[in-house]
Amino acid sequence: MERIYFDHAATTPVRKEVLEAMIPYFSDKFGNASSLYYEGVDASEAVEEARNSVVKLIGADESEIYFTSSGTESDNMAIKGVALALRDKGKHIIVSSIEHHAVLNAALSLRKLGYEITILPVDGKGFVNPDDVKKNIKNDTILVSIMLANNEIGTIEPIEEVSKITKERGVYLHTDAVQAVGNYPVNVDSLGCDLLSLSAHKFYGPKGVGAIYIRKGTRIMPLMDGGGHEKGKRSGTYNTPGIVGLGKASVLAISELESRINQTTKLRDKIIDGIISEIPYIILNGDREKRLPGNANFSIKYIEGESLILSLDAEGFAVSTGSACSSHSLKISHVLNAIGLDPVDAQGSLRVTVGLDNTEEEVDKFLEILPKVVLKLRRMSPLYKE
Amino acid sequence: MYNEKVIEHFKNPKNVGEIEDADGVGEVGNPVCGDMMTFYIKVEDDKLIDIKYKTFGCVAAIAVSSMISEMAIGKTIDEVLEISNKMVAEALGGLPPNKYHCSNLGADALKAAIEDYKKKREGKL
Repeated sequence: MERIYFDHAATTPVRKEVLEAMIPYFSDKFGNASSLYYEGVDASEAVEEARNSVVKLIGADESEIYFTSSGTESDNMAIKGVALALRDKGKHIIVSSIEHHAVLNAALSLRKLGYEITILPVDGKGFVNPDDVKKNIKNDTILVSIMLANNEIGTIEPIEEVSKITKERGVYLHTDAVQAVGNYPVNVDSLGCDLLSLSAHKFYGPKGVGAIYIRKGTRIMPLMDGGGHEKGKRSGTYNTPGIVGLGKASVLAISELESRINQTTKLRDKIIDGIISEIPYIILNGDREKRLPGNANFSIKYIEGESLILSLDAEGFAVSTGSACSSHSLKISHVLNAIGLDPVDAQGSLRVTVGLDNTEEEVDKFLEILPKVVLKLRRMSPLYKE
Repeated sequence: MYNEKVIEHFKNPKNVGEIEDADGVGEVGNPVCGDMMTFYIKVEDDKLIDIKYKTFGCVAAIAVSSMISEMAIGKTIDEVLEISNKMVAEALGGLPPNKYHCSNLGADALKAAIEDYKKKREGKL
């Protein structure tokens, strides 16, 4: 059966150009980028070229990009690394309630170590109120971490406004930009953040490689000690093929960003408008305008998400849900909970995230199949009355 | 995650629906937790001659509802009361471990419908 992939927020396919750039660095150019001889220099040059591409993608300086293994590692490094480095200055950290678990659980681990964690609420569309950040900053606040774009409902947070406050108060600001980088304009200076996390596989690069932006002068303690790679901030032998892949994905993102945004926004709007007009009793989660170009998220009343996802899977579609049954924890998504969604409606959530490999025809097919699948499940549901 | 038998029951669930003049109705679960089942039974000469249900829930909940409806139709009340949630899961060839508690409610729902039938009958007698 023909498969249609609509889960680009989970991961994206590696672009052919990216894969081709990576291949030589597995076997032919296998050298350790830290070695002094030819093979090492060759690998090291590739790593530095990749760094330069990431630098250009987010408007950083070459000295401010550090390679990691993932967005999760970058998030952990930002939260725990700053917490450890500034532990004598203060132990208060502010995060939003809709952060990715990599930020949220890193903060909760610190709470067990005696740090004070404030979890800020969001409004019904998922926006953090910058005034809440302002009100909650205290003398011992060392870090604020608010994501740039939410992975479930796509909401774009007002980071520029938050950074004005954190700058004024002399508090570091980290933003998890894993969903945004490569898919949405990201510039560290216009955002005003001190730390930023990104991940290659969310924008057509390989899995297993990410980066963290650390503004010059920002104090951070390494989580990985070892041979002193990345100026001692992140030891571990360079994942040269992965880093090269991240570099190539960044080069593509720089040249294609505008067309990517246009293409995915168009498909997303078609999905949102189509679902709204074809299916009754639904809720659009997140903001209609200030959302990631590729993200659509709905609550489809009277049905449960896992059944919906596997019914659509059987029809050839890969999509996602925030329902309790579909999660390891058997709890509904903390994001849908934070925006105040009725827990029963949260069970019927559907996330559709489009990417560059999707077409209008695929969206048409989805809009033809989805209402049928929904009706079949609704007719089986004791909560639905026709 | 799910075996083929579970998926088959999920894709083509048997006996879905409601019985308007049901002799007993049983409802278990809570949509807030993700699973809810309403079972309807028709009883004649102490036998469950018809079973229908409506289920809100995950793949496991729907497959369990379908499976137990097939297992119980035509059986006597005493025989049906012998069916446990575990037996339903086994008849399906097993469920993922985390689904045993939340979604495997078919036997409870059917028992609740039988309780309802007994209460109604006592009221009539």
